[in-house]
Amino acid sequence: VHHYVTQGYVLPNQMHIYWTMMIVLYPYITGIVAGAFIISSLHHVFDRDELKPVSRFAMLMALAFLLCAPLPLLVHLGHPERALNIMFTPNVTSAMAGFGFIYSIYLLILTVEIWLLYRVDIVFLSSNARSEMMRRLYWILALGVTDISEEAKALDRKVMLFLAAIGVPAACFLHGYVGFLFGAIKANPWWASPLMPVIFLLSAIVSGIAMVLVCYLIVQWFNKRPVDSECTQSLMESAWYFLMVDVALEGLELLNRAYMANHEWEIMKHLIVDKLFVSLFVVQFLIGSVVPFVLLGTAVVFKNRFSAGVRSVMGFVSGFLLLVQVFAMRWNVVMGGQMFSKSFRGFLNFHVDIVGREGLLAVLFIFTLPFVAMLIFSRVLPLWGPISTFPTRWLRDRPSEHVPLGSFTKFK
Amino acid sequence: MTMLWDKPEISRREFFEKCAEAGAKSFIFGGLVVTTANLLLAQDTQDTRARAEEAPVKGTKGPIYGFVVDTTKCIGCGSCVRACRDENNVPDGFSRTWVEQYTFFPNGEVIVNSPNGGADGFGEDLPNRNMPEELGQLPVRGFFVPKLCNHCINTPCIQVCPVGASYVTKEGVVLVDQERCIGCGYCVQACPFGSRYINPQTNTADKCTWCYHRITKGMLPACVQACPAKARIFGNVSDPNSEISQILANNRVQVLKSYLGTNPRTRYIGLDSEVI
Repeated sequence: VHHYVTQGYVLPNQMHIYWTMMIVLYPYITGIVAGAFIISSLHHVFDRDELKPVSRFAMLMALAFLLCAPLPLLVHLGHPERALNIMFTPNVTSAMAGFGFIYSIYLLILTVEIWLLYRVDIVFLSSNARSEMMRRLYWILALGVTDISEEAKALDRKVMLFLAAIGVPAACFLHGYVGFLFGAIKANPWWASPLMPVIFLLSAIVSGIAMVLVCYLIVQWFNKRPVDSECTQSLMESAWYFLMVDVALEGLELLNRAYMANHEWEIMKHLIVDKLFVSLFVVQFLIGSVVPFVLLGTAVVFKNRFSAGVRSVMGFVSGFLLLVQVFAMRWNVVMGGQMFSKSFRGFLNFHVDIVGREGLLAVLFIFTLPFVAMLIFSRVLPLWGPISTFPTRWLRDRPSEHVPLGSFTKFK
Repeated sequence: MTMLWDKPEISRREFFEKCAEAGAKSFIFGGLVVTTANLLLAQDTQDTRARAEEAPVKGTKGPIYGFVVDTTKCIGCGSCVRACRDENNVPDGFSRTWVEQYTFFPNGEVIVNSPNGGADGFGEDLPNRNMPEELGQLPVRGFFVPKLCNHCINTPCIQVCPVGASYVTKEGVVLVDQERCIGCGYCVQACPFGSRYINPQTNTADKCTWCYHRITKGMLPACVQACPAKARIFGNVSDPNSEISQILANNRVQVLKSYLGTNPRTRYIGLDSEVI
């Protein structure tokens, strides 16, 4: 436990910042889950065909990040060995007690949906993967269901559509709920706001779109494959739209607080001017919102004046900046709310640890795990399209002959 | 205008699509409405709530404890803080109870401090450690305010505890089950008064218990017993003849941050509006 530098009068028990960078990372990761899932659903449920190249990838990205979402929480807990108590002895009035259930339900929906999405591929691979070990793995993944008749596929599609219909609100709920965790804390005027769940959800969607866009471009460039500019254009349009609504709401919320000027505004004014100036105004607003807004807006409005390549670079830069923006937003909420004392008369500085259980290295390590998971997924399942896109070196035969067996990426 | 039901036939796919769309929309909208409604309802209902002494825990006839802090009597000696630390083995750098010193200057500035939680007293020096140079004038008035857990009736810390480790006893005392607490720190964030901390020795939430181990044996909390000025009064508020009931009957009392509607069982005499 650190003693932080304080100014003014800080209550004796508030000399520490209890919620560290892990609690910044947690909403950041779940936000990417919600955003990636929604992108995937735009294709699968809402017929946005131009998003086809990233729809499977986005779905597995949601799973990869979802699997890692509890890690920052576990690392943060004083007693991680008691973590499952939130499901064994949940306190019904606690928002946090909902985490275990909301998380489990969403994980179940997502896993079943991905399984159905890839079921035909898995059956195909269980007899066509090159190594014996992988064929066995696919045989296990198929869960004994090898029926790939048209009727079976039709049933799969129905179930998937139903799950997607639950999945979209579940994704919204998972992240809106994270906002509620903060927004419902009346003790903290920086957090307490009915808008918090909405802002969290919108910024989640922004970060998910940005992560899909950035990863897609990196993978395509790295593998020297052509970028589907219709797809990236669509992602950039969506990012632009959600960014506008998100930043407008964030700005209006702050404006509303400033205009009402309750007695808490006095301390919050100092908080945003003295403590959060760089992370809020410079990083989150100027670099993270205004620059991507201009870049994306230019790429969307003056689409025909720029080549596809230039627009891809604009998309990459804005996607990266949006990822920074949303991280800064989480930081400003979580840390900002703890940088002033509930005496409303004093401030604390957050001290970033490099090593240690909740230090910067641990945060970076946890944040790389979803990418490791995606790397593993990419070895097992075709991420970027139908089975014909799966690397042939991992197959017995050329896959094109088998395409009729199982080549749907879209389940309607 | 062609309505959905005017169509001669609707395919199953269309049906599911419509259902999915309508479901998703109403789910999100409903969630927002419920959240907003909850937040609105959570405010401004304090008038309808029972006052502390009239709100015994259901189904019990035992004592309901209350605490009164008479700020006009506190001399800032810090005996209570030391007694509490000795009695409860409070880890260094934390305080289950503490004393704040308020000093008012002619220009309207207020300086609040509580060095080491007030455990060492405040000495005879004025709080010049933090005094801005431009003040440069003698204070016009000052006082001490002892603070501790308010043992709220509508307590946000119990509300947010995900595992039910925070609970209220039949006497109205808010406690933490150290065996069940997962150390998430949510209650520390939810307490508006800074009464809670994560104990670095146990990695669980910790707080003032009103010395539950003493009061259930008929003794006074350590801080009350140690106070030489009788600034702290503890007792059974369900007994109209107890000292605390008499004090509550004969004084105008306030609570901290009453606008938050937590309805504290710890009440104050002589609270200044500068005390938050």
